[in-house]
Amino acid sequence: MIKLEAVSKTYRMGRVEVQALRGVDLLVESGDFVAIMGASGSGKSTLMNIIGCLDVPTSGRYFLDGTDVAGLDDDQLAIIRNRKIGFVFQSFNLIPRTTALHNVEMPLIYAGAQNRRPRALAALESVGLADRAGHQPTELSGGQQQRAAIARALVTNPAILLADEPTGNLDSASSVEIMKLLSELNREQARTIVLITHERDIAAFAKRIVELRDGLIVTDERRAA
Amino acid sequence: MNIFEALRVAFAGLLANRLRSSLTMLGILIGVAAVILLVAVGNGASVQINNQIQSLGANVIFVYPSNARGAGGVSQGFGTSQTLTMADVDAINSRQQDPDIVAAIPIAQSGGQITFANQNYFAPTTGTTVDFPQVRDYQIAEGSFFTQDDVTSQHRVVVLGSTVVTNLFGTTDPVGQTIKINRQSFRVIGVFAAKGGSGLGSQDNVVVAPITAVWAYLSGGRGKNISQIVASASSANTVAQAETELTTILLQRHQISDPTQADFQLQSQQDILNQANSIATALTLVLGAIAGISLVVGGIGIMNIMLVTVTERTREIGIRKAIGARWRDVLTQFLIEAMVLSGLGGALGIALGTALAVEAPHIPAIASSSFPPPVVSIPSVLLAFGVSVGIGLFFGIYPANRAARLHPIEALRHE
Repeated sequence: MIKLEAVSKTYRMGRVEVQALRGVDLLVESGDFVAIMGASGSGKSTLMNIIGCLDVPTSGRYFLDGTDVAGLDDDQLAIIRNRKIGFVFQSFNLIPRTTALHNVEMPLIYAGAQNRRPRALAALESVGLADRAGHQPTELSGGQQQRAAIARALVTNPAILLADEPTGNLDSASSVEIMKLLSELNREQARTIVLITHERDIAAFAKRIVELRDGLIVTDERRAA
Repeated sequence: MNIFEALRVAFAGLLANRLRSSLTMLGILIGVAAVILLVAVGNGASVQINNQIQSLGANVIFVYPSNARGAGGVSQGFGTSQTLTMADVDAINSRQQDPDIVAAIPIAQSGGQITFANQNYFAPTTGTTVDFPQVRDYQIAEGSFFTQDDVTSQHRVVVLGSTVVTNLFGTTDPVGQTIKINRQSFRVIGVFAAKGGSGLGSQDNVVVAPITAVWAYLSGGRGKNISQIVASASSANTVAQAETELTTILLQRHQISDPTQADFQLQSQQDILNQANSIATALTLVLGAIAGISLVVGGIGIMNIMLVTVTERTREIGIRKAIGARWRDVLTQFLIEAMVLSGLGGALGIALGTALAVEAPHIPAIASSSFPPPVVSIPSVLLAFGVSVGIGLFFGIYPANRAARLHPIEALRHE
């Protein structure tokens, strides 16, 4: 599903070159639930940007669902993001002044899909937010906003769900709720989930924990189910 | 992204910042309203001038003496020579062929103070012959026009235009009354029906007398001068042929073989119309161009506000890109927003400009003046709307492209 081969990424900050990733090899199989951990500066955000096709590696190869992502242009990356990746962000990132339903519909609009309303409603239903479909983000609680964001990530039926610190802006009750929802999606719908977090108890919901330090994978362990 | 979705997002964005959107639209609104109103004023002037000239008669040809050349060939200016004579008029009227000319009349102008009882009025007195009503297309409302006998015998009789009657007689019946022109008594024998029109030498401000009486009593002994000959062609379509025929007759009579040396010149209604039209067109263009400047200023306002909008919505653009918006999706969205802004402003501007142009003649201060009523032309309305949407497109491209080129990671990090 996800295959990274010796991926490295170098940023240029003024005159200084920063090596965020120094040759990462990672294989994530379909249906897996992987938590990527690491302190800030460990390169986990860069890794997540590359996995999410928001950025391309400086060197190395990245195959997503069989497609070599390196060398694609901006518009081709946009299409990959639209079809194969569902993003869940730390700050929810719902579009303001737009109802939950319409936010969920948005990826389908860019995909030019049919039956958008019913599909968006079904996605909201699957995260238990059907009764809040007509509400705008400001009228929803943090947990509800994150559920809407998860519905938006699921609606195109993507190959992977990429969650970047999904509980970072939530209280502990809502955090547990969201993590249970993600586990459920992984278990019952066999969704492939890549979770980025720095909290060990959040990572504990995943089946496999990969730890990153200074741009390299230091541990990669599968938890007993 | 389909157009419907782009429009929905555009309206939502504009509604979210109502005051800002309204002020931006106001720039385009004023520009478009100004273009429509000023072009309508120019058109109105053009229509009024045309109507006035048309009321002179579309098939009328004026013959003027051309610049006299003194001994050394020094031009002495327009109208200074006296090359036209009564014999020319007679020659035109007694011609054997030339079917396109109907009749010709001499005109001798004399200014004069006109008095009746204790009323004073100033109007030019026109000396002419019996064909005047036919050639100049005047109808007699009351009494009658003078006869050939009045001309032959220098009878002191006049026929008055309606403006003169109103100013001099009020409610008194003028026919049969005696007025004084330059202290000479003239008897009023008829009144012309009003021809309408105002300003630019009203057709109703006339006093017409036999040319022989004008020569004898009003010209102050300057002799039997004719300031112009007016001829009528059989129809508006035969004016050109009639002009050729007139030229031939007059060249022959004046024994001039080279037409470029002619001592007279012809001007048809069409020539005057063409000149007036070119002046009116220039006027309309100048007015339109001045108003167009305000449209450009409005367009810069749109560009400015779109740049602010793009900066404000950087994060939203980042989200949209992350969930699959391509370059052209974002470009379309912001271009449509700019065009909705300018198009709405343009539509409201058309409504305001048209309303002002239509209502202007009802404003008392304007109604009482001779200001021509504005005429809104449909092409100018369509053009103004097209231009306003085009301005949104033109001034929206830069901000929209800036939005579309944003890098998703940086846009998402934007606070």
